[in-house]
Amino acid sequence: MTEAGTSGETGLGQPLLAKRTSKRWLISAALTTAIVALPVVSVLFLALFPEENIWPHLLETTLPRYLITTFKLMLGVAAITLVIGLATAWAVTMCEFPGRRFFEWAMLLPFAVPAYVIAYVYTSLLDYAGPVQKALREVFGWESARDYWFPEIRTLEGATLMIGLVLYPYVYLLARAAFLEQSPSLFAVSRSLGHSAISTFFRVVLPIARPAIAVGLSLVLMETLNDFGTVDFFAVQTLTAGLFDTWMNLGNLGGAAQIATTMLVFVVILVTLERYSRRRQQQFAARDNRDPIRRFTLSRPRQLICIAVCALPVILGFVIPAITLGQYAWEYFDESWNSEFIRNTLNSLFLSGTAALTTLLIGVTLAYSRRLHDTRGMQIMMRLSSLGYAMPGAVLAVGVIIPLAGFDNWLDGLMRDTFNISTGLLLSGSSFALVFAYTVRFLAVSAGSVESALQKITPSMDMASRSLGHSPGSTLLRVHLPMLRGTLITAALVVFVDCMKELPATLILRPFNFETLATYVYQFASDEQLAHSALPALIIVLAGIIPIILMSRSISNTRSIA
Amino acid sequence: MRMKLAAAATMALSVMPLSASADGEVNIYSYRQAYLLEPLLNAFEKETGIKANVVFAKKGLAERLEREGRNSPADIVMTVDISRINDLVERDLVASLDNETLENNIPENLRHPDGKWFALTTRGRLIFASKDRVEEGEITTYEELADDKWDNRICTRSGKHPYNIALISSMIAHHGEEETEKWLEGVKDNLARKPQGGDRDQIKAIAEGVCDIAIGNSYYYGNMLNDENQRPAAEAVRLVFPNAEGRGTHVNISGIQLTKSAPNRDNAIKLMEFLSTEEAQRIYAEANTEYPANPNVSPSGQVAEWGEINPDQLSLQEIANNRNAAVKLVDRVDYDNL
Repeated sequence: MTEAGTSGETGLGQPLLAKRTSKRWLISAALTTAIVALPVVSVLFLALFPEENIWPHLLETTLPRYLITTFKLMLGVAAITLVIGLATAWAVTMCEFPGRRFFEWAMLLPFAVPAYVIAYVYTSLLDYAGPVQKALREVFGWESARDYWFPEIRTLEGATLMIGLVLYPYVYLLARAAFLEQSPSLFAVSRSLGHSAISTFFRVVLPIARPAIAVGLSLVLMETLNDFGTVDFFAVQTLTAGLFDTWMNLGNLGGAAQIATTMLVFVVILVTLERYSRRRQQQFAARDNRDPIRRFTLSRPRQLICIAVCALPVILGFVIPAITLGQYAWEYFDESWNSEFIRNTLNSLFLSGTAALTTLLIGVTLAYSRRLHDTRGMQIMMRLSSLGYAMPGAVLAVGVIIPLAGFDNWLDGLMRDTFNISTGLLLSGSSFALVFAYTVRFLAVSAGSVESALQKITPSMDMASRSLGHSPGSTLLRVHLPMLRGTLITAALVVFVDCMKELPATLILRPFNFETLATYVYQFASDEQLAHSALPALIIVLAGIIPIILMSRSISNTRSIA
Repeated sequence: MRMKLAAAATMALSVMPLSASADGEVNIYSYRQAYLLEPLLNAFEKETGIKANVVFAKKGLAERLEREGRNSPADIVMTVDISRINDLVERDLVASLDNETLENNIPENLRHPDGKWFALTTRGRLIFASKDRVEEGEITTYEELADDKWDNRICTRSGKHPYNIALISSMIAHHGEEETEKWLEGVKDNLARKPQGGDRDQIKAIAEGVCDIAIGNSYYYGNMLNDENQRPAAEAVRLVFPNAEGRGTHVNISGIQLTKSAPNRDNAIKLMEFLSTEEAQRIYAEANTEYPANPNVSPSGQVAEWGEINPDQLSLQEIANNRNAAVKLVDRVDYDNL
């Protein structure tokens, strides 16, 4: 999650690195980028030199279909997240109604629910044998599915709704931050010129917030592109599903890599769009902090509308899934709470914790290197290293296995030839592979937020510290990191939760006898045994709530509220 | 994680002599749920003292094996579906095995000529028909699924699923591509809903009145009968063994293969032998209501009650060879999108 409201440049007039200082920072950044970009490069390489050319068949039959379905899904999710995200962000920022302060952070709760979990929950609630249709049949005396019409949840529309419900917080979060940053005087001026509140919203507020919203939306779309659990369960043929299909059913990894490359094109467009929006950001007036937001006082009915608008997404996206899981977990607690469950929980905590710390370390290295040398090359490196975020987990897993196994086998061969001992699969068969995959996938999250937080620290700080004889490293430790503490904690937590949820890459890369909470949930839930996996699913959801509360507090503190 | 699990599984730079392998262990990559194997592996451990470790995954195991190369910790791959089994053979990941016990226990048509795979169980791809809405004998062959009579009355899972692909491959073998394509279009026209879910969901759909006939593997029906929540749905359908009077019902297999790189080769062979014995075959087939591959073992009582199965004698290799043609055919027909 990157914060909006920052420019694409550091805006620092002079270079912060004297010529005679070593290039250590630059070299470590370049190395890091190379390692992180490795899986992407491996997949591209595979795509360029496939064993069997499947393009003609793909183009002729499935690829247009995958593209259209993906496009429809993205469009639908974009529409849902925009409507929910903007309406609720506007309501809690600009209107006064009972429960507003609660909704400020509660709107983020659906973030904590992985899309595949919400899909499992609603399928079990809404399918023919579920409680909803059962009740309807009892009330109306229907006998079978032929007697009445009920919407199918396992459809493109169903998947759109599920994914939209858990991703709208991206838009909400960034739109809200943008609304908070806006100068209220702009709004006042527009009103005094005779525009209604609605017209002002569309003519003044939205255009100014547009860059931030574009950032949120591009994150939503990347996540949508990456989803496997939901589309797999609902049999919706997106590019990701097609990629799995080509790889698993045709056994054609090259073809899968080619589809992955197609997806990367999507991603590059999204990333560019996001960067472009941020570039525009500098032209806007900095807001005047002494001028607090004055919220609208609303009439009763309007207050009720606000409450309903905010409550509905939270109820659908969090309360219902949480209650359903809670109920199952309670019923099956004795069965679920066993040594295996505890071991899986520890595995998840260990892996996610390690990955969170690693991404943080690398994120700080990259962002700080960029502060020291803000060159074109450095910017390209930053962008390359965030590509992993857009790689679907399954593709990433392939991209991780190729170089790691290659290295393992090379080292092993070397050791066998020279010392006649075998080092075996040092990296690819261990949890290292998982941590590596997570790091590549979520580096963009930590590097992005560290970068934008760093940009808010004035260069005079660096100069003061450096003129007192401190090296760049020492300045980072003594000046920047203490100032960034909140950002670092939040970024680490977000990555932590993302890792807890991660499914496709984990499935492919995990070592022997090793399950995480997510793989455990998938195994049972995809077999329609949701009850057995409710407890681990609930743990994933609960873990996801902690960073949400922290994040929302950090945003609320960005401005004084009158 | 167990430290003993090959150097691969540790981050420490513990190097070991070439010939040594973890003592008394065997590592399995499995497409089959771990709980299906558990009772057998426990019995195996009791008998031999060899502990079996399992990685269960629905996807990507072949890729993983290929990338790990000669250092793969996996000794054995347990797979369902002949095409997946054949995949490993074509990628040259599995070893030939010339083993008397296995050759005595598994009939010739259920194993690779050079011992690159051995079937452990077989299952028929059957037609399930509603007891209420479909007369006995109203449908007897796969070919009739394309009949206009069944318009808006059929449910199946995705056409891309390996079990359907294998069935379509067998249709290609018997009728050629062109005719099979017409047939599949006919079946698609008869679908009551977009293909979705698994085979159990098709049986449930019949019980719910969404459709009248469905295609599914025999053991799903058996397992539903054994699950008190799903029994009512299974009881709403009648089993049809398609083409029983003609060329026979299409069958698929679950199999076991020895990897080329097996670090615990001897233990792995012991396990393979063990799984082909009558006792293990009985337990294994019963655990998943399948047909045992060992001809000396008769199917469990429940499976026997369904009546004799007359399996199609088409070679499994031919089914595997037609896979890509079948997948492309499903794409052309656009079977999964109504």
